[in-house]
Amino acid sequence: MAGNERVDVLIIGSGASGAAVAWSLAETRMRILCLEQGDWVRSTDLPSNGRDWEARRYTDFDISPNRRGRDTDYPVNDDNSLMKIANFNGVGGGTVIYTAHWPRMHPSDFKVKSLDGVADDWPVDYWTLERFYDENDRMMGVSGLAGDPGVPPRNPPMPPIPLGKTGAHYAKAMNRLGWHWWPSDTTIATTAYDGRAACINLGHCTPGCAQGAKASTDITYWPLALRAGVELRTRCRVREITTNEHGMAAGAIYYDADGREHFQPAEVVIVACNGIGTPRLLLASASARFPNGLANSSGLLGKNLMLHPWPIVSGYVEEALDGGRAPITSMWSKQFYETDPARGFVRGYTLQFNRGTGPANEAITAAATGRLPWGRDHHRVYRELLGHRVGIGVACEDLPEEHNRVTLDPVLKDSHGIPAPRIDYAISENTRRMMEHGIARAEEILTEAGAKRLHASRTVLNSPGHLLGTARMGDDPERSVVNGWGRCHDVKNLFIVDGSIWVTSGGVNPTSTIQALALYIADQMKQRLATLFD
Amino acid sequence: MGNDAETGLSAAEIRDLGDIAGTMIPADPAFGVPGADDPAILADIARSVGRDLPLVRQAVAAIAAKSVGGFADLDRDGKEALINDYYAHGGAPAVALGRVILGAYYRDDRVLLALGLEARAPFPKGYVLEQGDWSLLDAVRKRAPFWRDDRTTTAGER
Repeated sequence: MAGNERVDVLIIGSGASGAAVAWSLAETRMRILCLEQGDWVRSTDLPSNGRDWEARRYTDFDISPNRRGRDTDYPVNDDNSLMKIANFNGVGGGTVIYTAHWPRMHPSDFKVKSLDGVADDWPVDYWTLERFYDENDRMMGVSGLAGDPGVPPRNPPMPPIPLGKTGAHYAKAMNRLGWHWWPSDTTIATTAYDGRAACINLGHCTPGCAQGAKASTDITYWPLALRAGVELRTRCRVREITTNEHGMAAGAIYYDADGREHFQPAEVVIVACNGIGTPRLLLASASARFPNGLANSSGLLGKNLMLHPWPIVSGYVEEALDGGRAPITSMWSKQFYETDPARGFVRGYTLQFNRGTGPANEAITAAATGRLPWGRDHHRVYRELLGHRVGIGVACEDLPEEHNRVTLDPVLKDSHGIPAPRIDYAISENTRRMMEHGIARAEEILTEAGAKRLHASRTVLNSPGHLLGTARMGDDPERSVVNGWGRCHDVKNLFIVDGSIWVTSGGVNPTSTIQALALYIADQMKQRLATLFD
Repeated sequence: MGNDAETGLSAAEIRDLGDIAGTMIPADPAFGVPGADDPAILADIARSVGRDLPLVRQAVAAIAAKSVGGFADLDRDGKEALINDYYAHGGAPAVALGRVILGAYYRDDRVLLALGLEARAPFPKGYVLEQGDWSLLDAVRKRAPFWRDDRTTTAGER
C-alpha cells in the first residue's frame, strides 16, 4: 500500500458540503486535501451541447446511480424502498445535477419538538445559521426577490428568474384562490455574477448547465478553494477510515484511478459523502475497537433516513406556455408549510411550481402516465400536450424513524469490492396524510388554472435525491452521532458536514441548508482550533 | 444470423422493432411527419437501445407472444389495440421500449420542424424567456408575514 504525506485536514467528498468546508478552512493555511471518487465534469460534456440532450438524462446523466452506472458510481440496493436513490459522483457532487431550487429551512424546522411535539429539536437554530445562509448565497450566487411574507427576511444578490408565461399562469390562479406564492430563489444567475453569465434559458438545468449559469460547487467554491491552496484528488474512492491506538481517526485507505491502494494520514478527517455515502463509509470502517461501525456507539448510524417524499401533480392548459425553453424552477408557495392541526397531520410542505419540459421528455412522461396514446391518435394528442404542461411538486417533510435506514448490503459491492449501501425505507402515516393533502391542493390549483388531464404521481420514478438524517446531530451521545458542531461524539477528530447530520428534514430542497451548516461547522472548527479535540 | 455490432440487435429483431415502432408512432401526412419506422429514425432507435437492450428484447418478445399468428400479420386496429394494452400493463420493458422510441423520434429534424421547433441543441443559442406580469405579485406583497417565528411562538401556536 502506498503511503502518502500527512495532511492536516482530509475531506472525503467534493460536493455541496465538502466544497464549502474546504473553502472556509482554506484561510487557516492548514494543509487540506479532498478525495473525490468521481471526475471533474467538463461543460462541453454536458447533455445540452448535443442533439441527444433529452435522452442522456436517462443514461450517463440519469440521477440514479444504478441507471447511470458510470465506473465512478457505486451501486445502491434500493429494492426495499418506494423512493429510489439519486446522487452524482464527481466534483460538485449532487449540485451538478440538482434543479437549483434554493429555499431555506424555516425557523420552525429547527424546533419541531418544542413547537409540534414530534421528533427532536436541532442543537442549532435558524438564527445561528442565518449569517452562514447569507454567506453561502453570496458564494453560490442566488437569484430571488426580497419581501416574501412566507419566509424570514433574506436578500438574494440577483433578481429572480422571469415569471414567463408559465409563472404568470400559475400566479393568476393562486391570486384567485387567495393563496401565497412567490418567485423561487434559485442558484441560476440572472445577471453576470462572479464570472458566470446570465442564464440564456437552455431549458435543461437538472442534468448539468452547459452554460455555467447554474451554480454547482465545481464552478463556485472549488476554483477559490484550489487557488487558496486546497488539494483535490479525483478518482480516489475511500474504502475505510482507520483509527489509531487512542481511538482517533488516523486517516483513510483509498483506491486511486489505477486501482492502487493508498493510506492517507490526517490530523482531522471530515466526511462529506451525503446521507447514504457517509453511513456506508462509517459502517464499512468497523474495527475491533468500533465493531458496529465508526462513531456508532449510539447505534443510530445509518438510521432515521429521510428522503423527502415528493408527489408531482401535472396537467395541461389550453394556453401555449414556455416549458422546455427556460429553467424548470418558477415559483414556490408556503401556504401550507407551517403546522395546522386541523389538516390531520403535523408539519407541512412547500409547493414547487414547475415549467414544462422538452419534446422527447414530454412524450415520455405523458405516455408513461397514460395521457399520450400509441397509434393513429398519437400526433393529434401530442400537439395538445407539448408546450401546455403545468406541474406542481409537493415537497413533504418526512420525520425521522429508526426503521428507515442505510445498512451494508451483504452481497452487492462496488467495483472495488466495497459493500454497497442497502436502503430500507417506508413512508409514515403522517407523511402519507401530508402527501394526500398536498396532492389535493395542487389539483385544486391546477384546476383553477384551467388544467385538464390531471395526473398525480405519488412517488416519482426519480425521487428528489435528498439524502438526510443518517448521522444526526445532538447534544446527547446516546441519541446522536455528532455534536452540535459536527464532531463525532465517539471520535474527536472526525467530523461530518453533509445532509446525514440533519435532525429533521423540513419541507424544502436541502442544499442551501446543507451548505450553511457546513460553513457553520467550519467556522466552529476555526474558532476552536486550539481545543478542537477536547 | 449474428447481431449488429453497434446495436446488439439481430436483423430480425430490428425488423420486428420497426414494425412495432411504426405502429406506436405511424407516419401522418396531415401533420407532415414520418413514422418511427422511417429508416433513419429506426436506425437511431436501434443505436439508442444501449443499456436497455435486455428490456427492449423482453418487450419485443412479449408483443410477439401476445400476437396470435404474428404481430406483422395483424391488421392496423389489432396492432394498435395490442400495443396500447401491452404498454399499459407491460411494466419496465414496456416503459423502456417507449422511452427509446420516443427519445429517438422526437429529436428527428423533420419531426421537430413539423412541430414548429428548431432542430438544434439548446446550447449555445438558448431561448428567450419573457419576464411575465410582475404586477400579479402585488396582492401577495400586501400579506403580513406568516412564517412561524420560533423566538415568539410557543407550542401549539401557529
